[in-house]
Amino acid sequence: MKFGVVRFPGSCDEVDALMACRRFADADLLWHGDRDLSGVDAVVVPGGFSYGDYLRVGAIARFSPLMESVIEFARDGGPVLGICNGFQVLCEAGLLPGALLPNDSLRFVCRQVDVVVENPGTPFTRACEEDDVLSIPVKHTTGRYYAPPGTLPEEQVVLRYAPGQNPNGSMGDVAGVCNEDGNVMGLMPHPEHAVDPLTGSADGGRLFESLAMVPA
Amino acid sequence: MLIRPKEGILDPQGQAVERALPALGFDGVQNVHVGRLIELDVDDASKVPQMCERLLANPLIEDYEVVELNGKDSS
Repeated sequence: MKFGVVRFPGSCDEVDALMACRRFADADLLWHGDRDLSGVDAVVVPGGFSYGDYLRVGAIARFSPLMESVIEFARDGGPVLGICNGFQVLCEAGLLPGALLPNDSLRFVCRQVDVVVENPGTPFTRACEEDDVLSIPVKHTTGRYYAPPGTLPEEQVVLRYAPGQNPNGSMGDVAGVCNEDGNVMGLMPHPEHAVDPLTGSADGGRLFESLAMVPA
Repeated sequence: MLIRPKEGILDPQGQAVERALPALGFDGVQNVHVGRLIELDVDDASKVPQMCERLLANPLIEDYEVVELNGKDSS
């Protein structure tokens, strides 16, 4: 089982994501200008500021040559995980419902939050049980999730911020969502920064572990 | 193109500006929204709405308005 971690100009969490993946399977970086996914079994779109986040977060990255291949991979059922900026890119690409807006506080938030597993039936959460609480950091300015009314069925809510811990004003405390088929997921918290007890929590590893459990 | 946050979606930037104006003595200001302006020269203006739909705006969260300045140097 092999992960591919996308590197855009402006990505900054791709190495942490790569190291997180390598705890559970093989993993390599994928360059944004290539079209070849190198036969990986799962794709991680990491955090950062892809293409400078010009225009809107994730808006330009969505048109990179590699993303065209990632979109095709996702439409064929391949698992794709978008973290933070990666979540924004997947929303802009139309692979996930909704969009990310500036935090209601208008401030950058950087803190450890508890998120609750709402749907353990996805390829990203099958190492978890329903209502498991994961301690994972968030760090973003544009993380307020919004989906127009009627566009986000409850079963597509994968993670919610624990009560009282919503850091950005996200609708319904939503922290992570998946697509209708369940093979594409995005979340604002950073599981790749929570894979070792040394940094406070290893809970984020459960997402990578889940993906590694199931060959694509 | 004038691009605005869609009506009904919380616009904290607009709210912050709305709160700042009275502090300077400008009373009676309501419904402040902050969006963005994109200027471009284009041979075929009929394609502009498509450009907005596909890239320049995100129709889920933003409304856009195309203002055409026919043959005028808008500077």
